[in-house]
Amino acid sequence: MTRFRSTLAAGAALALTAFAASVALADTTLLNVSYDPTRELYRAVNEAFIKDWKSKTGESVVIEQSHGGSGKQARAVVDGLQADVVTLALQGDIDQISKAGLIGADWQKRLGNNAAPYTSTIVFLVRKGNPKGIKDWDDLIKEGVEVITPNPKTSGGARWNYLAAWAFADGKFDHDEANTKNFIQKLFANVPVLDTGARGATTTFAQRGIGDVLLAWENEAFLALDELGADKFEIVVPSLSIKAEPPVAVVDKVVDAKGTRKAAEAYVNFLYTPEAQKLIAHHYYRPSDPKSADPKDLARFVDVKLVTIDDPLFGGWAAAQAKHFAEGGVFDQLYKPKTN
Amino acid sequence: MSDAIPLDLDFATGDRARSVTTERRPVRIALILIAVAFLTLFLLLPLFAVFLEAVRAGFGSYWSAISEPDAIAAMKLTLMVAAIAVPANLIFGLAASWAIAKFEFPGKSVLNTLIDLPFSVSPVISGLVYVLLFGLQGYFGPYLQSHGIQIIFAVPGIVLATIFVTFPFVARELVPLMQEQGTQDEEAALSLGASGLKTFFLVTLPNVKWALLYGVILCNARAMGEFGAVSVVSGHIRGKTNTMPLQVEILYNEYNFAAAFAVASLLALLALVTLVIKVALEWRFTDQIAASRRH
Repeated sequence: MTRFRSTLAAGAALALTAFAASVALADTTLLNVSYDPTRELYRAVNEAFIKDWKSKTGESVVIEQSHGGSGKQARAVVDGLQADVVTLALQGDIDQISKAGLIGADWQKRLGNNAAPYTSTIVFLVRKGNPKGIKDWDDLIKEGVEVITPNPKTSGGARWNYLAAWAFADGKFDHDEANTKNFIQKLFANVPVLDTGARGATTTFAQRGIGDVLLAWENEAFLALDELGADKFEIVVPSLSIKAEPPVAVVDKVVDAKGTRKAAEAYVNFLYTPEAQKLIAHHYYRPSDPKSADPKDLARFVDVKLVTIDDPLFGGWAAAQAKHFAEGGVFDQLYKPKTN
Repeated sequence: MSDAIPLDLDFATGDRARSVTTERRPVRIALILIAVAFLTLFLLLPLFAVFLEAVRAGFGSYWSAISEPDAIAAMKLTLMVAAIAVPANLIFGLAASWAIAKFEFPGKSVLNTLIDLPFSVSPVISGLVYVLLFGLQGYFGPYLQSHGIQIIFAVPGIVLATIFVTFPFVARELVPLMQEQGTQDEEAALSLGASGLKTFFLVTLPNVKWALLYGVILCNARAMGEFGAVSVVSGHIRGKTNTMPLQVEILYNEYNFAAAFAVASLLALLALVTLVIKVALEWRFTDQIAASRRH
């Protein structure tokens, strides 16, 4: 029993020492809560920011990352995940956090470009050689073409997919909404399975070999080429796509409670500096300031006509969300799950 | 009963060469083959595949995958959570089954049913319960927040969720055995003048130690492998609140298949180690186990 007691005492002492050590080592720690495909990007950006912050202030900063589906991540922050900074896929997700009172309502005006330091767009990933000859949105509604996209009800990326298709059809049918709806209905009739998230859809297409074309974030498509083999897939850029603006914000309530506002604000501002913009372009996101990017990286982006969410066709996120994706909205009316 | 004896004798004298099983040889072989094929297909093959995938990219990349800081942090967290959850459930399970098996008190059947609750609700709900209680929008969230106490999206939440889902393992092993053993031994000890505590440590505990060990092993396996409940309360902060099962999923979703399987193989290995310890102990103490079962 005495041996047991002394072991216990030693254990307690050890735990206390470890605790004391962790307190002594605690520099400023920032938690960046982000969405799925940004892991590689923020690994590079964090490294650059840590150096930059050290050289400017002499302080060390530790940056922790959490990644997941954009909607799920926003929910976690609302429920108390102590994010200093959120870098999510959709404006609507940060709006949710703002509605919960954690971020000031004017968040989108505090930073340049609608608080989006980078943009991306939707492209097609097809199998090598493009056996089905897919060139544009028209080709997706042809008979015998299987289209892979995640579910717009759960995935941020999938909403951009849907809206891009809508914009194309709207132009093609000269703003005739009945024909546009018909086009979208035919497109989703060609979708064999709706995954819940962008990464899941990529895995369905690339790993499980299902479908002829994947509607994907441009950065996801490039990453899939890098990770899964440029000899298996190729990227097709349609005639028209949508400008996706993944926004960033400092979580006011958290940084004020933790006393990390200065570093958190420096972090989101750092994303707009030439150094970060260069990294952004390198990781297949379209930089908001292309002048700072490496021309070689920029050359990979095909020039494509882009509509934005603020186009009168959609009238901003809130309107688009209510019309298309709300319970009983246009998507619910058009999409009939396959029953076979 | 009196009918059964002549029947048995009749059977035995009628065909001495027949063994206790009545199936014919080809049937028996077929049944055995089906069982073996089933085990191979559903248990051995997936396990084998995990280890094969893990080392397919070579042992160098296997080593770098499991020595990566996030992977090490996930291992440490998993072991730490198990190190808290298992002893907690050991003490609770032992106390609860002692109370249920040896004493009569009002609400006993309610307690007995409550112990099974974590088995009957989905782990996702187990996790959401804690978000509801300790989340910022939950009952105690605002109070905890204002006092700088973080429960969910931090280690305490993960420990709580794990304790919840592994709640029944020890008690479920112990209650039936203790009930079967009855209270005679304890009564004898008490009548010979032993104190309550002494009776517990010298009579009750030795009688159930093997069932207890088995419960602890099951509890530990589940504590290290729990995904659903932990995923809800983790917050997925890299190198901080990701347990090994969560780390496996993250790596898989990042196209890092070799590393995902490397961590998965380590998790499988931890489970196998606990099983081997159990088998080794059983082998070493065969006589004692047999003796404790005789009660």
